Formats: sequence, structure tokens, C-alpha cells
Amino acid sequence: MTDARHVLVVGAGPAGLAAAESALAAGARVTLLDSSDELGGQYWRHLPVARPAAHEERLHHGWQGFVRRRSVLAQHPHCTIVTEAQVWALETGDAAAASPVTVHVLIGPPDGTDREPQTYRPDALVLATGAHDRTLPFPGWQLPGVYSAGAAQALAKGERVSIGDRVVIAGAGPFLLPVAKSLTQTGARVVGVFEASTPARLLRGWSSKPLELLGARGKAPELVEYALGHLRHRIPYRTGWAVVEAHGTDRVESVTIQKVDASWAPIPGTRRRIAADAVAVSHGFTPRLELAIAAGCDITSDRFVRVDDLGRTSVPGVFAAGEITSIGGADAALAEGSVAGHVAAGGDPADVSLRADRRRRRTFTAFAARLERAHGIRAGWTGWLRDDTIACRCEEVSCGTIRSTVRRTAQTGVRSVKLTTRAGLGICQARICGRTVEELIRTAEHDAAPATPSASANGSVSRTVSTTASAKRPTVTPDASLSAPGDSGTDPVRPPVSTDRRPIVSPVRLGELAGLAASARPSLGAADLGVSTDDRDAAVVSASPDLLDPPDLPDLPDARPARSAED
Amino acid sequence: MAARMIRASNDPVQPLSADRIGLTLDGTPHEGVRGQTIAGVLLAEGVLSWRRTSVGDSPRGVFCGIGVCFDCIVEVNGVRDIRACQRRAQDGDVVRTQHDELPEVTS
Repeated sequence: MTDARHVLVVGAGPAGLAAAESALAAGARVTLLDSSDELGGQYWRHLPVARPAAHEERLHHGWQGFVRRRSVLAQHPHCTIVTEAQVWALETGDAAAASPVTVHVLIGPPDGTDREPQTYRPDALVLATGAHDRTLPFPGWQLPGVYSAGAAQALAKGERVSIGDRVVIAGAGPFLLPVAKSLTQTGARVVGVFEASTPARLLRGWSSKPLELLGARGKAPELVEYALGHLRHRIPYRTGWAVVEAHGTDRVESVTIQKVDASWAPIPGTRRRIAADAVAVSHGFTPRLELAIAAGCDITSDRFVRVDDLGRTSVPGVFAAGEITSIGGADAALAEGSVAGHVAAGGDPADVSLRADRRRRRTFTAFAARLERAHGIRAGWTGWLRDDTIACRCEEVSCGTIRSTVRRTAQTGVRSVKLTTRAGLGICQARICGRTVEELIRTAEHDAAPATPSASANGSVSRTVSTTASAKRPTVTPDASLSAPGDSGTDPVRPPVSTDRRPIVSPVRLGELAGLAASARPSLGAADLGVSTDDRDAAVVSASPDLLDPPDLPDLPDARPARSAED
Repeated sequence: MAARMIRASNDPVQPLSADRIGLTLDGTPHEGVRGQTIAGVLLAEGVLSWRRTSVGDSPRGVFCGIGVCFDCIVEVNGVRDIRACQRRAQDGDVVRTQHDELPEVTS
């Protein structure tokens, strides 16, 4: 049994769970990591073991399937589930090793000081790290009481906390609907759901090929149910509106909504103020790409992990599934995970058992494309920004500072503007503001371009060349991101520079790093990962509440998380 | 009103009994149940912020709710920079508002 392939799965949401199950079924040994102490990811976020409920299933779609899968994995003799496991670095390049990657993990309570280090060198890696909400900035979005839509839902499902009594939901995409449903189930009054996309665009995006949508089984009834939920609770659902400002001193007290045109540019004279004690805003999703980028995987021009229809990335032995490959929802993630896990385990891609999942996979790929057409972020949104609007929440850098820095220094490289302004250099490692900062730099550069005809022509030529170049090769690789020409600000062909790259994948305390170096514990390689029950138990950090007791916390007032290595 | 816990009698999931726990925020006691995160305990008590920013000295609490934005970091039992939305509260936790002063520039 020791010669079974060892498959490491990172992320225990729908994609990771499905990958783990199908890899086991194909005969592999599986280690499943998740940073939370509960499985299920954001989709099946639920009350923890310590807070049982009689009817958890009432808040979820596919809950029975999740419970079944969780128990299959927990009882499988060749499956090791490690919760509270934070991957903080991923390395490649050890030619001597049979493993494609080395994955460094710290195991223990989040942001603790005494977590257990662990290193994995699997035969195959399945990345199922998911995505987080992308919220575009607007004046006042840093006020307490303004949340990402994902936060509103996570607090409702995972804490049974309602973010407020009068809640405004805004942004773009069908995922605002389940958020509205979760909130009404907390007893909150949802004052309105404001979708930025205009009715015409929604119609074009969703109705052009209705049969395609029918093919996304499970998705259509889910959306119909949400629509009915809106009627039942009489939640106004408005399209072509955006939240453009949050008001309050120490917390949000009201918001201003405004009509937007097809490009999401606010239409003058349409501002309206609404009283609200909480706001949940999301304009889409940002895939969590840092591990895939660290592994050297090709990233597509729309910034997802490039995979083939078997979930294989450009790096042999590294697979990806779920929202890091495209935003398609939980059913897509399940199908992608099943296929990727099977192939990662060395299973035959032509296997009959894979046919249904491969078909579903294709259907949902079409779904993701429609989603982007109907709800994708449009450039006009920057029209609701003011110069004093915070862009980078960590370092409190305003949009005006970023724009004026671009103009004054004639620097348009992402890294140089980051270094000058500190935008994107804070503790979240640009996860929240990175793409926004990139966009502000791009638009400031455009606005600042001299108005002479020849300069404009040059500008447009350089952009065309850049687009062509990016179509022909991976948009983001560590090398492209590191290369200097992109930051020169004068090179006519700019390789795209991305804020998605994070050499230190997650903030780690300097004290913990020092401890790692000092203890130099033996690494746990694939061959060392025994499958006898004893070894397995030793490696497992289960969801048992006993293991949640805090470690003895040494007094380390100076122990701060390391910041991004680019810092 | 603002954030609050769903009343158990109205909660469709029908929560079963859970242990009561207590923590303090800057010395003020707050009650919750085992299994809540520190953010969960505080929000359920109507507390929205537990950090002040370095530059603007503005209040911050939960923003992303899933451990990505680090806006909710707080000092727990003497250890700083702990994401309140990720760390489960333990009975007796001593939580302190975090405020990081910017280093003085002397010339």
C-alpha cells in the first residue's frame, strides 16, 4: 500500500472534497488540508461541532451530499484530514525529488504563535483554494457595518449573527441572491438588492442560449428558488443601480445609491440616500491564485488557473479545480474536483465513471462565461470614486494618492507605485485592493497621457501589442512578474505585472519562522507518510473541540506576522 | 441596532444547547457561546469595531469575514494580529483593541 500515489488536496470546499473522494476511489492515499477547523469551505460554512443545531440542512443546498462525503473521508483508512492547516509556502525546483512541489504548512489555531510545522512532498497536488469576494471601493466603504457579501453570509451561516436590521445588498452577480436569502433567514430586513448590471446586459448574458442554462442542472432551480424567495420576502431587486457611498462617523448609518449606465458609470442626478445599519457589497470574485502561481502554473488572460478538461495545470502533477479555474458555483466545483482527483490519483481519464462529471464540467464552463458577460465588472465604476476614497484598506492609501503618484512620477509600474504609495503593501498582501490598484494605475496613466495625436497613437499601439503578447503566453508567471521592463514605464511592450503573486502565501509570524529554522524538524515526505492507522492518527488534527484549546501563549509582544515579501 | 445574534426561538436551524463562555474586550466583559469566533461574540453583542487604524485612527471590525482582509485583527491574550473572524473564542480570553502607531519620523 505504501506505493499508492499520495495526493495532497488543498482546500476542503466542494472542489477539494470531491477531489479527495475521487482520488481515494481511484486508489490513492489522500491528505486533505483546510485552514478552517471545519470542512465544507465557504459554500457549506456551518456551525462548529461545539454549537450543534437540529436542522443545519435548512441553510444549505446539497447538505446531505456534504455530510455523506465528509463521513466517507473521515472514515477512509487512506485519508488524512488536517484542519486548521495554513499553507504558507510552496516550492518547486527540486529536480531530485519525485514530487512536483514541496508544501509548507503550519497547523494550529489561526494566527497562533506555536503552530506545528509540517512539510508535504506529494506525488500529485490538487489546488482547490477557491475565491473570495471582490468589493470595489466607494467612499465610506471602510466604515464598520460595511461588509463584503461573503462576510454577511459567513456570519449568518457560521455564527448565526445578523449583520444588521436594515441591510442593503449591492454589487453584481447571482451570488447576491443567496446572500439576501441568508440574511432574511437571520431576521434582517433586506431593504434592497442593487445589481450594477443593466437590464439589457443581463438579458443578453442570460437569455441568449436558454438551453445552455437548462443544462446546468441544479443551478436553474436554485436560482428560481432565490427569485421566489425575493417575492416572498418582498425584497426589491433593482438592476442598473450601485451603492456609491456609505455615510456615518464610527459606523455606517446610511448609503447613497445611484443609477449606473451599461459601463457602470454613475448617472448624474440619480443619487438617493437610504437609511441602513449594514451594507453587504460584492462585485464578483478574486480567485486565490498564490499557490498556483508559486507552483508555476499558467494563468489565463482573465486570471484564472489554466486547466485542461481533466483539471491538469501546465505543471505536471499539479491539478486545479473549483473557483480558481473559473467562477461556476458549487456544482461546477464538484464536477471539476471529481475529475481532477481521479486523474491526480493516476486514474484513467477515459474511465466510464468520469463521463457524467466531464459532461457537467463542460456545461458549467459555459455557465461561467455567461456569468462574466452578464455581471462582469465594467470600467465606468471608477466614476463613483473621489480623491479621498480609500483604495488600500490596510495602509489607508486613497485613490487620489495613487492617481497623482502615477501622474507626478510618470511611473506606471505596479511595483513602483506600490512602493511609493504603500498601496497593496499591508497585512492582507493586496488581496483586497490589488486588482483595484492595478486598475487605478492603468486608468490614471490613460487619463494622464498627453493629448497630442502622435502620443495617443503610440499609446494605443502599445496597448494592442501588449494584448497580443499576453494572448500568446501565460499572463502571469513568477518570471514575468519579476522582470524589470514592466516597471520601467517606458517600455512599449509591458509584460503584465500582477498583484496575485505572494511568495509568502499567508502572513507568518517572524517568531514562528525563527522557530522553524531553529528546530529544523525532519520534513514529512510522501514516502514517510505511512498509512498505518497509528501514523495516520498521529498526523491528524481532527475537528475535535479538544484540540481547539489554546496553546500556552508565550509573551511575544514583538511577534508580528511577516509582511509580504515584496514589502 | 446593528449586528446581533439570531434569537434561538426564531432560528430555522434550531440551535441545541451550547456552553456559555465569557471574554473581555478592553476590560469590558462580553458573553457568548463555545464555538463562536471572537468576532462572532463581539458582533452578537453589538460591538462593531475593535481596532483603530494607524494613519487615520479610524475604527475597523469585520470586513471580509473569511480571513482574507485582516481588517479584524486584534490582540488576544497578549498576542497581536489575530484575525477575530477566524479565531474561536475561549472562555476567559483577554481581548484588547489594537492600535499600531506609525513610527515617528525624526530628522
